[in-house]
Amino acid sequence: MPQLIRDRSLVDDRYALVRDAASLADLPDGVPVIVPLSFWLEWRGALIARGETGVWLAPADHPGALADDVERLPVIAIDFPQFTDGRGYSHARLLRERYHYAGELRAIGDVARDQLYYLAQCGFDAFQIPDGRDAGAALSAFADFSDGYQSTTARAPWFRRRQAAATPGDVWFPCS
Amino acid sequence: MYRYDSFDKRLVDERVAQFRDQTRRFLIGELTEDEFRPLRLQNGLYIQRHAPMFRISIPYGMLSSRQLRMLARIARVYDRGYGHFSTRQNLQLNWPRLEDVPDMLADLASVEMHAIQTSGNDVRNITSDHFAGVAQDEIVDPRPYCELIRQWAALHPEFAYLPRKFKIAITGAVNDRTAVWLHDVGLVLTKNDAGEIGFRVIAGGGMGRTPIIGHVIREFLPRAEILNYLDAILRTYNRLGRRDNKWKARIKILVKERTPEQFARDVDDEWQHLAGGPATVTDAEFARLDTYFTVPPYEAFAGDDSGHKAAVADNRGFSNWVKRNVHPHKVPGYAIVTLSLKRPGVPPGDATSDQMDAIADLADRYSFSEISASHEQNLILRDVRQADLFELWTRLKPLGLATPNIGLLTDIVCCPGGDFCSLANAKSIPIAEAITRRFDDLDYLHDIGEIDLNMSGCMNACGQHHIGHIGVLGVDKSGAEWYQVSIGGAQGNDASLGKVIGPSFAAADMPDVVARLIETYIDHRHADERFIDTVRRVGVEPFKERVYAATH
Repeated sequence: MPQLIRDRSLVDDRYALVRDAASLADLPDGVPVIVPLSFWLEWRGALIARGETGVWLAPADHPGALADDVERLPVIAIDFPQFTDGRGYSHARLLRERYHYAGELRAIGDVARDQLYYLAQCGFDAFQIPDGRDAGAALSAFADFSDGYQSTTARAPWFRRRQAAATPGDVWFPCS
Repeated sequence: MYRYDSFDKRLVDERVAQFRDQTRRFLIGELTEDEFRPLRLQNGLYIQRHAPMFRISIPYGMLSSRQLRMLARIARVYDRGYGHFSTRQNLQLNWPRLEDVPDMLADLASVEMHAIQTSGNDVRNITSDHFAGVAQDEIVDPRPYCELIRQWAALHPEFAYLPRKFKIAITGAVNDRTAVWLHDVGLVLTKNDAGEIGFRVIAGGGMGRTPIIGHVIREFLPRAEILNYLDAILRTYNRLGRRDNKWKARIKILVKERTPEQFARDVDDEWQHLAGGPATVTDAEFARLDTYFTVPPYEAFAGDDSGHKAAVADNRGFSNWVKRNVHPHKVPGYAIVTLSLKRPGVPPGDATSDQMDAIADLADRYSFSEISASHEQNLILRDVRQADLFELWTRLKPLGLATPNIGLLTDIVCCPGGDFCSLANAKSIPIAEAITRRFDDLDYLHDIGEIDLNMSGCMNACGQHHIGHIGVLGVDKSGAEWYQVSIGGAQGNDASLGKVIGPSFAAADMPDVVARLIETYIDHRHADERFIDTVRRVGVEPFKERVYAATH
């Protein structure tokens, strides 16, 4: 079983990750699911009627496709077929910063401790660690860096915070 | 120059600790080779032909004497006592041990240096004008902007796994010395009619397998928006750049496939959401960065030094060196001195640890303790009093650093090639060596005048052969090493890509081929015409005829 990290702790995963239609058909009604974007776009009504539903995005999907659903979806997952395909980092920031998605944002696929710090900076708060990787040991990766220069989902750029420390009241807060 | 504060230092130290742990996990088998490879690349470590190759970042080419001494020490302790200054203002070591790299990184961190993102599919070292801050033709000093963008690029969480590597060059001078048109993004600092500072933004240039001159995607970007706009470019590229084919993954292919106009609109669409946002750079931040690049305590001189002028008149060796290796400085009575790392018997761009130590001493004595590295693979003392030039020359000569060939045929730009690099199809260094030996007559060399000869051992074009007035590319023909020759390439404001003159040549023919190209030029040139100007005027044909009539 893959392990789930949410809000920097190991938690039980309530959701079944659905990669194809057959496995969705096999699931009992009521089991919360995370389905591909294409399923959501095609069977949205039926999925809502079925029960709690999240959606996952592939690297080539556009997160704007979920712009109207950000209030409704309890979880959006972004798939990393290989960890070296970095499109999901931009998708995450767009969901958080442009579409103001506030629910659980989960990294799935080839997710490992060496990517967790950057993923968290881009707005992910949940990480499905595949079998064979030590999710417990991965928790320390959130502390790989204490800070950073850039404007990210999680923080204002350092130059603004440095300046604000010198002149209180003049700081930009991040979007989410 | 820039100095780390506690924040900068902490991040670099944390990166060293992170990579130390990653290396440990790799060595005990917790990380597979596939998992470790992108991580080590992001820390400057390639696996090469003989050993790992370790690439140290020299941010925008600027070094203090203290840093150069540390580079000398690292090369001496962990390697074979020399390093290779690369065409991207980095330093490469060819013989380190993987197990030593965390310690090498820690040593670098002790002098505010690192190897972060010197390879891998991420934003690489920002390169700039090696005369930045001292050139006579400078409009805006690019160094504070380089530092701003270095910080933005370093450990950027969103852009660590791009489709391919990403190279940014920044210039603020009238004459481009950075090959700004041949980068993924080229930034030209400029002032608008109101005197405000901004950037002309060029995107989609590059060398490699598909050389392309970049396109201007924004004529004037106010400086406060630079990080928002770079985020917009990188996000567009990260999302839309091709990942199905390594050879089509650079931004130049995306810009070409979408057209430069559409790409500019894509970036604008992204930018409009970011403009004015948190990453908008404040005037206070620009002012803070400016304070790191203050004017050194120059002495006031009325004009050129009379003793220097007399020495030039008296000594032909000295005057040759001054003519080629000394450039005018923005401050009267000072000069910019280029130390040539090109001489027979030494691969272009190589310097020994002893030479690095000696250069650091000379920088302390003659040039406010600062050195810059050029993308032509030479080192520069930026602020030398004209009155000290003769003495400096006499000290450089025994060090082998006074070859009077800057800008001449033997100032060859060259990658490490097949002797070191596992990507290369062919050796480059022995060819450079043979050409250097063929053109050992200094008078003839000076008569030929300014010419860029660039050589790459493979399509990746680390030797930047596409922008050589003469470009040489190593190719593999059924297991044998051959050399394809192009002419008419150029860097600078009127950048152009070289045209291949015809079938490739065997290594042994290369000195003759270059000799015939030069003879053709001398036959056709007008009075003061440079090689590149003659090629542009008469075209490739006369050169081609001469070369192939003789060899085939």
